[in-house]
Amino acid sequence: MTNGNPNVLHVAGLTKSYRTAGEQVAVLRGVNLTVAAGESVALTGESGSGKSTLLHLIAGLDAADGGEIRLADAPVSDLSDARRAELRRDRLGLVFQQFNLIPSLTVEDNLVFQSRIAGRHDAAWHRELVERLGLGNFLKRYPEQLSGGQQQRVAIGRALAVKPLLLLADEPTGNLDEDTADEVLALARDLVTRSGCGFLMVTHSARLAATLDRQVNLHAGVIA
Amino acid sequence: MKRALWTLAVLLSHWRRHPMQLATLLIGLISATALWSGVQALNQQARSSYDRAAATFGGTRTAMLVARSGASFPQQLFVDLRRAGWPVSPVLEGRIQIEGRSFRLLGIEPVTLPAEVGNAPTVGKADLQSFMTPPGAMLVAPETLSDLKLAEGARPEANGGALLPPLRVQPNLVPGVLVVDIGIAQSLLKMPDQLSRLLIGKTAGRHAPLESIAGDVLRLVEPDAETDLERLTDSFHLNLTAFGFLSFFVGLFIVNSAIGLAFEQRLPVLRTLRACGVSARMLNAVLVLELVSLALIAGLMGLVCGYFIADALLPDVAASLRGLYGAQIPGHLTLKPQWWFAGVAISVLGALAAAAASLTKALRLPLLATAQPFAWQQAQRRWLTYQSALALAAFAAAACFLRFGDSLISGFAVLAALMLGAALILPMFLEFMLSLGQRYARAPVSVWFWADSRQQLSGLSLALMALLLALSVNVGVSTMVESFSRTFLVWLDGRLAADVYVNAANDAQADEIRAWLRERPEVEAVLPGARADTQLAGAPIEVLGLPDHATYRDNWPLLQSTENAWIKLRPGNAALVSEQLARRLHLSVGDRIEVPASGGNWPLDVVGIYADYGNPKGQIAVNFAALTRRFPEIPLTRMGLRVAPDKIPTLISALQEKFALGDRNVADQATMKAESTRIFNRTFAVTAALNAFTLGVAGVALLTSLLTLANSRLPQLAPLWAMGITRRRLAVIELLKTMSVALITTIFALPLGLLVAWCLLAIVNVKAFGWRLPFHVFPTQLLWLTGVAMAAALAAAALPVIRLARMQPASLIRIFANER
Repeated sequence: MTNGNPNVLHVAGLTKSYRTAGEQVAVLRGVNLTVAAGESVALTGESGSGKSTLLHLIAGLDAADGGEIRLADAPVSDLSDARRAELRRDRLGLVFQQFNLIPSLTVEDNLVFQSRIAGRHDAAWHRELVERLGLGNFLKRYPEQLSGGQQQRVAIGRALAVKPLLLLADEPTGNLDEDTADEVLALARDLVTRSGCGFLMVTHSARLAATLDRQVNLHAGVIA
Repeated sequence: MKRALWTLAVLLSHWRRHPMQLATLLIGLISATALWSGVQALNQQARSSYDRAAATFGGTRTAMLVARSGASFPQQLFVDLRRAGWPVSPVLEGRIQIEGRSFRLLGIEPVTLPAEVGNAPTVGKADLQSFMTPPGAMLVAPETLSDLKLAEGARPEANGGALLPPLRVQPNLVPGVLVVDIGIAQSLLKMPDQLSRLLIGKTAGRHAPLESIAGDVLRLVEPDAETDLERLTDSFHLNLTAFGFLSFFVGLFIVNSAIGLAFEQRLPVLRTLRACGVSARMLNAVLVLELVSLALIAGLMGLVCGYFIADALLPDVAASLRGLYGAQIPGHLTLKPQWWFAGVAISVLGALAAAAASLTKALRLPLLATAQPFAWQQAQRRWLTYQSALALAAFAAAACFLRFGDSLISGFAVLAALMLGAALILPMFLEFMLSLGQRYARAPVSVWFWADSRQQLSGLSLALMALLLALSVNVGVSTMVESFSRTFLVWLDGRLAADVYVNAANDAQADEIRAWLRERPEVEAVLPGARADTQLAGAPIEVLGLPDHATYRDNWPLLQSTENAWIKLRPGNAALVSEQLARRLHLSVGDRIEVPASGGNWPLDVVGIYADYGNPKGQIAVNFAALTRRFPEIPLTRMGLRVAPDKIPTLISALQEKFALGDRNVADQATMKAESTRIFNRTFAVTAALNAFTLGVAGVALLTSLLTLANSRLPQLAPLWAMGITRRRLAVIELLKTMSVALITTIFALPLGLLVAWCLLAIVNVKAFGWRLPFHVFPTQLLWLTGVAMAAALAAAALPVIRLARMQPASLIRIFANER
């Protein structure tokens, strides 16, 4: 508990290694990390330090070699592929650098997609998200008709529509210019506070990291 | 459920944004299903007709006793067998002529007819008495009644003057068959106390051994699941099925290419869906559901198209089957529900098979791998080596089938293995040719031309394989038909050696005509002709009577003969045998056969073998005078005339005027040849139509591949445009690339097609029809097909190329800036 709220993420002794060119490379060597509800945490570190790997393990996109990940009271590490999919669907929001919107769906359909498949669509929250993200005029457009900043706003809206316990963002501003990045991140922080979820963001930018509640630095596979 | 529907909606939204891809997929599935189910509809229609024929008072569906000699046997054997407890029923079969047309006459004995024989019950009970007591009844199919242009109850007159029993319609009967009481048949056929076979009922009971009653005169023929007609026509239906399968295969190439591309384009979406929490199992289930739904829609549309294709081809198929085998097929299509279910099932199974690779990839989708837009194409390259190994295995299999196989199926297996091997080796062949081009290219654009063609190959190879298969089949079949046509025309010149052919209404009129002709100075010779129908080794044959005249000696084409074969025919103890009969009965010159004739079996020495193309029946030719002695009842109404060419029209007019003969009764040689050629051409009309369909589907495969590739090619073209190559020039280069790979494919297809033609002529035709044709190569035809292939490639490449030439610079800028 770092801000008085209960922890939504608890990572302990997490390890992960990959085999590259016949050699075993340890990427994470016993990572410990917590994120509380309503808290925003920036995960920084040089390239290859294991930031994205850690994020993928927390999101259940990959499996750890050892250690423990708990999302609220649910252990992520021991879940099957189907249960991890369920967890992503119902309790996590993911935002990527490449936006990863569904090009064949309109902005509106993209926004409601995850909340619909999770069966947790909340029309009032959806309206609020649309308004706060400033997407009201673009709902019938397709992703390719939007600018990069607008696309990332849709991605954030889609991730938060399900009211997740934790929002995970991997370099969400990496494809945006400085002003747009500031604007998008401010919106994300605002919505995280509004929804009360935890927020863990991977970033290279010390400037942006400084705007969040807490910064943790990953160095050589451990939290420095 | 709701979750699955949402996921399905996302997957389906891809098609809304890519309608051309959806159209490609549907066109592939519709073409595949339509051609396959169309061919199956034709086969089903024909087979139900054969069943109808087989159910005609026993046919081959009932066990029976026949004479070992193949001839008729005394009725007393029937009486002896019944007394010994055998549940037998007698049948006499022969042919009679009504109004100059030949019909199959069946004499039956309804009281003893086994209950399990198809149509017996409708003869029995109430109608029994009228059927058996004078004047009796003659059962006919509705089609026969309309052919005779008579009403039910009418009594037609047979050639020779005998009044036949009143006609009575029996719907289950096969057309062309007349059924009467056996006593009437014996009288009409002038075969008193003679029988053709004895049907055996299934009544249980002990009875004495056959040999103890009939000696070695009779032999037992077990019921057969397949009729003679089915056996004979197997080759034709196998041929149709092969074409249907080829088209189906080519259609699936289109489906495979469309699904492969759609899968690649949707990879990022699939990953996003997984990241959003859609489980792998659900994603795969929904992908299958989406595919099955599309396949069901396309399958139904394909079935409707298939129905229309079958309906359009049915008259030609019926004509082919009548011309080749004498099989009667009704002219309207009636289909069983199984056909509809099978058609939809084949569409779904085909779609799943074509999508198997993509579905497997989706199942194993690595969640974190970055998107690789051309991963499947790159993977295809790795498959080149495996494909080539498989091709060699297919060629080895073809060689084995050729060396060790001795059936029609093995003939088709040679063809299938050969074509499969060629299709599999094609990408490697193209890769080799293009790398040769690249090696010798010097200018930068031309180096890029060859290199890019090689890169494009993996995306185009399936369509090019389809083009190769369609072209080689076209070359093969066209060469076979042309070889057949040329041989047939030469053969026809020999067979139709007389200048004018006359068919009198009856023997009396024939006598009058002969007498009149003797007075005409322009008539150089009157050549009488006659034909009798009988059975040899259980199958019907024709016995042709040829007069001893130089016209036949000089012109009649013989494939093999003894010395002085024509002179040996004169005494009446020798015969010439048709090629298909010789092959069927393994007869060679010097063998002896026994032909059942009216007065008993007729022993004949085989002194020659002649070609008799297009005749479904076996045939032998004997001396005319000997034939009339052995078959005194046959009508002598036919004659050929030798006439000075400039006098032919005057003589025909005079004959028609004097004896009131119509065009069907008197014709000159040219008319007869034209009619024969017309029948010949019609026989191959179905083949030509299916040929065209297959080539059309291959063209569509090429078009759809190019269209689907066109968008993914833009990121490779945009840099060239950015470096200063105009859109127009890029379009021309793209066109040249497509044309060059199509040309290489065509060049590869030509020798393969000739090999296919050789297989058809030397293996399949011999097994299917009983005759072997000489193999010819027709360079003009090959040039024409090359032109057609290039035109198809041009048409297929035109649309994507025009789109490229007209593309707005802004689009290319965006692609260059964002999508590389």
